Amino acid sequence: MDLTFSEEQDELRKVVRSFLTKHATEADVRRLAADPTGYDPVVWRRMATEIGLQGLAVPEKYGGSGFGYVDLGVVFEETGRALLCAPYFATVALAAETLLRCDDERARGDLLPGMASGETVATLALTEENGRWDEAGIRLTAHDKAGGWRLTGVKTYVLDGHLADLLLVAARTPSGISLFAVEAEAPGLARTPLPTLDQTRKQARVEFTNTPARLLGPEGAAWPALERTLATASVLLAAEQVGGAAAALDAAVEYARIREQYGRPIGSFQGIKHKCADMLVEIESARSAAYGGLWALDAGDETETAISAALAQAFCSEAFTKVAGDNIQVHGGIGFTWEHLAHLYLKRAKSSEVLLGTPSYHRELLAARLGI
Amino acid sequence: MELDFGPAVRDFRDELRDWLAEHLMGEFAEHRGVGGPTDGAAWEVRLAWDRELAAGNWLGVGWPREYGGRGLGLLEEIVFEYEYARANAPYRATGNALDLLGPMLLAMGSEAQKKRFLPPILSVEELWGQGFSEPGAGSDLASVRTRAERDDGGTSFEGTSRPIGVESGGEWVVNGQKVWTSFGIHADWLYVLTRTDPDSRRHKGLTMLLVPADQPGVEIRSIRNLAGQDEFAEVFLSDARTDADMVVGEVGQGWRTAMATLGIERGTTLLPQQLAFEREAEALIGLARERGALDDPMLRRRIVDAWISVRIMRTTNLRTIAELTAGRAPGPQATTAKLYASTRHQQLGHLAMELAGPAGQIVDEDYALDTRQRSFLLSLAETIYGGSSEIQRNIIGEQVLGLPKEPRP
Repeated sequence: MDLTFSEEQDELRKVVRSFLTKHATEADVRRLAADPTGYDPVVWRRMATEIGLQGLAVPEKYGGSGFGYVDLGVVFEETGRALLCAPYFATVALAAETLLRCDDERARGDLLPGMASGETVATLALTEENGRWDEAGIRLTAHDKAGGWRLTGVKTYVLDGHLADLLLVAARTPSGISLFAVEAEAPGLARTPLPTLDQTRKQARVEFTNTPARLLGPEGAAWPALERTLATASVLLAAEQVGGAAAALDAAVEYARIREQYGRPIGSFQGIKHKCADMLVEIESARSAAYGGLWALDAGDETETAISAALAQAFCSEAFTKVAGDNIQVHGGIGFTWEHLAHLYLKRAKSSEVLLGTPSYHRELLAARLGI
Repeated sequence: MELDFGPAVRDFRDELRDWLAEHLMGEFAEHRGVGGPTDGAAWEVRLAWDRELAAGNWLGVGWPREYGGRGLGLLEEIVFEYEYARANAPYRATGNALDLLGPMLLAMGSEAQKKRFLPPILSVEELWGQGFSEPGAGSDLASVRTRAERDDGGTSFEGTSRPIGVESGGEWVVNGQKVWTSFGIHADWLYVLTRTDPDSRRHKGLTMLLVPADQPGVEIRSIRNLAGQDEFAEVFLSDARTDADMVVGEVGQGWRTAMATLGIERGTTLLPQQLAFEREAEALIGLARERGALDDPMLRRRIVDAWISVRIMRTTNLRTIAELTAGRAPGPQATTAKLYASTRHQQLGHLAMELAGPAGQIVDEDYALDTRQRSFLLSLAETIYGGSSEIQRNIIGEQVLGLPKEPRP
């Protein structure tokens, strides 16, 4: 196992960062945060066609480039750093991963190429009003009727659910948890955008009324695949959180270098310097947590992945929130304004913290997986 | 995660594993896991174990053969530390000379110094004490006041016989006081940071000297640490003498020599310590299970956090090792690792004491502590030695993040 980044991965980072520096500027983030759609389809298309970001880790036979999870982690670190406003996490970390893990070769062949090429925006609809990320939280039901499966019930907190072309839906059937694909135009589908605290990442409530759906994989067998998907997504979210935290620290350090009080830069005072140092300790520790998960994913070690994924979410969630909060403190009064970027990182951090389950939930998952 | 660096290194690892399995027996096995950089427990056994290691030629795996080492590379050194810690062998009594002085001499010593001093380190015939800190200079090494002056009369060298045997035509006379010399009471030799230019300030005008401890001008008294152990010493130098060619590096360049030494200390030496922390965390989970503490949600959370901490320490270390072995400069995590590990290890110590409950208040005869009590108390030193946490934060802030320095008066 290689525990360093290769030159190619360093190069990938440069390319992605340079792309996002141009196409996910502060002005873009602010514009899209205020826009109910929340993403720029032109940039989305260029992400796919110019650097192949949507298909990066999708196997070549489904139209992707077949890179590994460490590579994908590099990309998520950069999208997190830039606060990219796009359905990237929903499509790549949730939907594509769900398909890759569910036992349905035909569905993969049908659906993955569109996601890899950037034509399809997709998401995973799992959570309901109870906000749970476990098997027991899934209540929405599916019925097998003449003419196929139909879904009835409500999903909410669905990432980019109002704009996705394709929704992968976890539902309950008489045999257990099953997975379904629902097209955006399906009858009986009602989608309502939810006003979000973190305006850079959109969520929706999705109502299904006798909505036709395509069963993916064997009926009743979806939970193990979903659990693996959530572990993978947890690691990728951790990488994104590391990137966001690193950007917040960069901003704090930059400000502490130039802002003068009492006749000298505030960064020369130990009160500020030590706070910044502690932020870096958090970030480097979070990196270790996230990278450990990426290595386990690339090594194909499921036990290790499950453990390091829960660890990564428990640790990186809190690290990002802590660092984003400290960034506001270092900035002082200006950091508390709407005009400054700092609050956007704090809100992204807080919403990421619960996006795939709270840190407490992940600590419990970790304890269970370790047999503690 | 296991470290694997290919077949040649694997052979080395297997040889070491076999040797450890065969020799870590009897009294040595009873003292598995004992010690740490500040742990004075079981000194005699640990010293005997070091001699056992020396007989197997396992000390100085990466040092050149001509000085008694094995002449192997960084990979083997890492594997050695890893396997050694994995076997839970006693913490080496001579760690100070192996991890600090030896590498310092290899990097900056004269050929004569290397030939004279390195082999007896590896054969555990001579023990060394570090004389950097002073009562008035702990983390602030640049305020060293111990003075050394040349005496070119050269008539009164009364220590052991001339250490190198080269007529150098002069001696250094050393006066001052050093403190926190780990295991100094056992030292045959000291490596001492001195001020050789009396008019100099801060880090200029310092010189690193090797000084024989067995002479009238050197008095060493042990200081008990808070765990009740005679771990470190204070050293009084009153017209102590050493030969003119006992300067490591150049006269007036002692700061550079000292910094190079401390840089070495912060490299791979964290690895065995962190494996020891992992073992502590595992033991703690076992204890918690035994006590039914896992059902207490508050304790349960702290236990999971302890496990998270040691796992993160390990991954951070593997990142650094991977970068070093790939010939890359280590990233910022190499600098943040000590601060994280020392802070988190203290939390582990508090948790262990809480789980021990009332039993944690009782010690054995002669204030003999159990593993948890020792670990809890000794962990308090980890945020002080090797650069205190406050100094670490300054280093991270200034050297890694590029924040402006504090104005100097």
